[in-house]
Amino acid sequence: MTTVELGMPDAPTPIDAAIARSLEQHGPKQTELKGKDFKTDQEVRWCPGCGDYVILNAVQSFLPSLGIAREDMVIVSGIGCSSRFPYYLNTYGMHSIHGRAPAIATGLAASRPDLSVWVVTGDGDALSIGGNHLIHALRRNVNMTILLFNNRIYGLTKGQYSPTSEVGKVTKSTPMGSLDHPFNPVSLAIGADATFVGRAMDSDRKGLTEVLRQAAEHQGTALVEIYQNCNIFNDGAFDLLKDPATGPMWTIPLEHGKPLVFGPDGASCVVRDEFGGLRIAETNQVDASEIVVHDATREDPSYAFALSRLSSQDLRYTPMGVFRSVRKPSYEQMMAEQLHEARLQGAGDLGELLAGGDTWEVGA
Amino acid sequence: MTGTNPTVAPVTGAPATTVPGSAPGGLVKSVVELDRVVIRLAGDSGDGMQLTGNRFTSETASFGNDLKTLPNFPAEIRAPTGTLPGVSSFQLQFADHDVMTPGDAPDVLVAMNPAALKANLGELPGGGLLIVDSDEFTPRNLAKVGYATNPLEDGSLEGWQTVSVPLTSMTTDALKDSGLGKKEAERSKNMFTLGLLSWMYHRPTEGTIRFLERQFRRKPEIAAANIAAFRAGYNYGDTTEAFTVSYEIKPAPMKPGRYRNISGNQALALGLVAAGRLSGLPVFLGAYPITPASDILHELSRHKSFGVRTFQAEDEIAGIGAALGASFGGALGITTTSGPGVALKGETIGLAVMTELPLVIVDVQRGGPSTGLPTKTEQSDLLQAMFGRNGEAPVPVIAPRSPGDCFAAAVEAARIALAYRTPVMLLSDGYLANGAEPWAIPDTDSLPDLRPAVGFATEPNGSTADGTPEFLPYLRDPETLARAWAIPGTAGMQHRIGGLEKADKTGNISYDPANHDFMTRTRQAKIDGIAASIPPTDVEDPDGDSRVAVIGWGSTYGPIGAACRRIRSSGRKVAQIHLRHINPFPADLGEVLARYDRVICPEMNLGQLALLLRAKYLVDVQSHTQVRGMPFRSAELAAVIQDAIDSTSASLNGAPQ
Ligand SMILES: Cc1ncc(C[n+]2csc(CCOP(=O)(O)OP(=O)(O)O)c2C)c(N)n1
Ligand code: SF4
Ligand SMILES: [Mg+2]
Repeated sequence: MTTVELGMPDAPTPIDAAIARSLEQHGPKQTELKGKDFKTDQEVRWCPGCGDYVILNAVQSFLPSLGIAREDMVIVSGIGCSSRFPYYLNTYGMHSIHGRAPAIATGLAASRPDLSVWVVTGDGDALSIGGNHLIHALRRNVNMTILLFNNRIYGLTKGQYSPTSEVGKVTKSTPMGSLDHPFNPVSLAIGADATFVGRAMDSDRKGLTEVLRQAAEHQGTALVEIYQNCNIFNDGAFDLLKDPATGPMWTIPLEHGKPLVFGPDGASCVVRDEFGGLRIAETNQVDASEIVVHDATREDPSYAFALSRLSSQDLRYTPMGVFRSVRKPSYEQMMAEQLHEARLQGAGDLGELLAGGDTWEVGA
Repeated sequence: MTGTNPTVAPVTGAPATTVPGSAPGGLVKSVVELDRVVIRLAGDSGDGMQLTGNRFTSETASFGNDLKTLPNFPAEIRAPTGTLPGVSSFQLQFADHDVMTPGDAPDVLVAMNPAALKANLGELPGGGLLIVDSDEFTPRNLAKVGYATNPLEDGSLEGWQTVSVPLTSMTTDALKDSGLGKKEAERSKNMFTLGLLSWMYHRPTEGTIRFLERQFRRKPEIAAANIAAFRAGYNYGDTTEAFTVSYEIKPAPMKPGRYRNISGNQALALGLVAAGRLSGLPVFLGAYPITPASDILHELSRHKSFGVRTFQAEDEIAGIGAALGASFGGALGITTTSGPGVALKGETIGLAVMTELPLVIVDVQRGGPSTGLPTKTEQSDLLQAMFGRNGEAPVPVIAPRSPGDCFAAAVEAARIALAYRTPVMLLSDGYLANGAEPWAIPDTDSLPDLRPAVGFATEPNGSTADGTPEFLPYLRDPETLARAWAIPGTAGMQHRIGGLEKADKTGNISYDPANHDFMTRTRQAKIDGIAASIPPTDVEDPDGDSRVAVIGWGSTYGPIGAACRRIRSSGRKVAQIHLRHINPFPADLGEVLARYDRVICPEMNLGQLALLLRAKYLVDVQSHTQVRGMPFRSAELAAVIQDAIDSTSASLNGAPQ
């Protein structure tokens, strides 16, 4: 039996040693990468035409812009079609169990602040079976980015309604229409006091990339709801917003610092209502000063929440972009600070710890 | 004078010696030497009996007696005052020799109110010493527990040596100048009682005084009142005519070394901190509060200076999920819980089996099913630990045998988890968790080095068809079958793992029937192979030729051991087999069991280990079970063993041997 240097808690851990060894072999961290560097040899197994492909392509071409080495990224997913995502990205990844990805990612991100941690989840995964983990991850604000692929259906289990399906949804499990009212994931996240909440459309490469960029830069938990078409079980769910004929009418693009004017010829706008919330108005019926200027950095979440409530479950008046982005200390940073503070009082000495409290000696 | 020895004749039969002494005021007091005593303190949940018991334990431990304790308290934080459900008790046995249990029955019962008397008197043997707080025997308190007449006056306590002492009013008298109100002063009556007992049993008092000063650092007037009450109780014993005898119990011979008093939960937490240090890995605990495991979370939360991260999760599933996530990142991931929590964690344990990541799952078992008996002990999660998951999901299971042994068991759990990349179940229980004993503080140099077990992979260990080096996360160590473990941050080793079946070596998703069959058997073989790394079966058979063996696991070690001693002192022979490893069993267990004509298996469940032994070894194990939420009484076990021995020899009489 060899002995360990028990008195030296700050000696490099096997984690540091392993990373250092790998860098000796590979040279400096490679951070100048191309989209193809993030591809794996695994055959992508989504249905042809699935919105997940579009999102995968957008993410693959976006990731290099972060300048983070592949080995420093980890993607954790739950279960569902969307949760197959990690297999197709050449990073570290874990395809875990249904609903638990935020919890698993929390432990990883809290203990390894050096990593860029991502969660990929679906509407059923994140909001049904994993709802508890999602809201607690958001309020806790561990540094990670959650991509919630919302296709408003259970894809992998072949088409049951989900917690984001509209009331009256006819599916195999609800032949006479679903009865329960859907969650608005953005409202839910803001209600949980999430520090970053955004929404994007699978097919809108530019908009999606912009929201992803801001989410990735955010320190703390970022939630991005991505509307994703399931062309097998819920085809056309977002056509109202995608169709060039109707999309501009019902989409409210969110740009920080810009007035909330939208629709063909900017005919519609967002103003305050008399109850402290927001409402839609016709631009030519209100004074320009009444039009709300979007401010994602507001500390008080009630504005972002009101924004999220503008849309109805049939997707009319859907804000797209970053709803909220505020700075708060992140959990893993504060945890690291507590550890640091505790060590300032004296690094742990195992011998002393074991002999703590009242002790007595028995002589030979 | 001869001390009427209030204790039941000691098992070892040491005659009491008396030493006359004198007390102030010319009162002659004598000192009686005893070899062991069992004291039970019983009172209302609000009376501080657990604290009093723990203090008496600390004094006793530092005096050098060997001891075992049994705290027993209700699940409610404060059941209605003075009622039977609100009774909380603390029993300890201490001796001048090594003791294995907190004692079957008390020699001395301290009852702080009528409820405590009613709930505990049945277990005080006739002639035992009974000390009661007479102030609490008011008509109202008597009525609350259904005493029609006052037992202190109606002669019903004649069978015991009853000393009725106005503990409450003597405490308030002693504190009348303390500036505290009457109600507040009354709260120190437990310290008065502790003082009295400390006098009776010659306990050192400095530790308690230091403890009270520390405990009430911010409330010096409360510290002073408690110390005054403690001293008053001591002095009362010294001067009163109510107690003319005090007792001496010599220190027990113990192996040389430094000792401390330790509870199971404390030892377990320290073992986990040590495992982190011994492996070099940061410890990450994900946990959700649950009785009787929460104290491990509390204890680990205090050791941030060791780099220990504790995460109070939103639920049991998040607790284990976060721990597994941390393990994926290279930490020593741990989750602590009790049976209901294990039920919720099952799916994640399966994920850890599939991803082959190290993880320590601590189950401090309590009475079940469902919420069951949260504060009482039981061993009924063994089969849940073994099989409580979907699919073929083998998990190593180990169990500590005493409070202090929880330390070594925690280090062993971490060793197996790291060396074999597997979740490990560590089964403690409520009795071990809250019970305490003197613990020989290990020399840190003597602890195992767990660093070789870690061995993070940093280089590709295979190559693709075209010869490009690649990392194969499911390539195994030929000896342990442990897979290669590369952590995020390691360049060139990116890989994906998950709950879907893995292809051999590459770890890619595979639905191939032959591969699934192979991987299922390989995961099982890996766990079975742990047997090669554990010591042979631990058999205690001083005579060497016993025909009857008693086999147990976990916290029944003490009661079974004490029972075996009784059997041996009656001239009979018995072997005691106690298992640390339940999955896999030690490699020689089958052979060992085959040596005996009869194997008895006492368990605090309905025969779970017995079921496993019968299934695996086709041995006709005689299961002896009890689920009363309390440890076995060794006398009862001894009777069962004696029966087995006597009937075995009878049936074998005259048969060729
Ligand atoms: C414990 C458990 N229960 C149920 C399932 C079955 N299941 C798998 S995916 C899924 C729903 C997935 O829906 P969603 O999260 O919206 O993902 P999508 O397939 O639509 O991307 C369900 C119910 C499971 N895998 N695990
Ligand atoms: S079922 Fe729907 S979500 Fe799943 S892969 Fe097919 S199209 Fe995509
Ligand atoms: Mg879905």
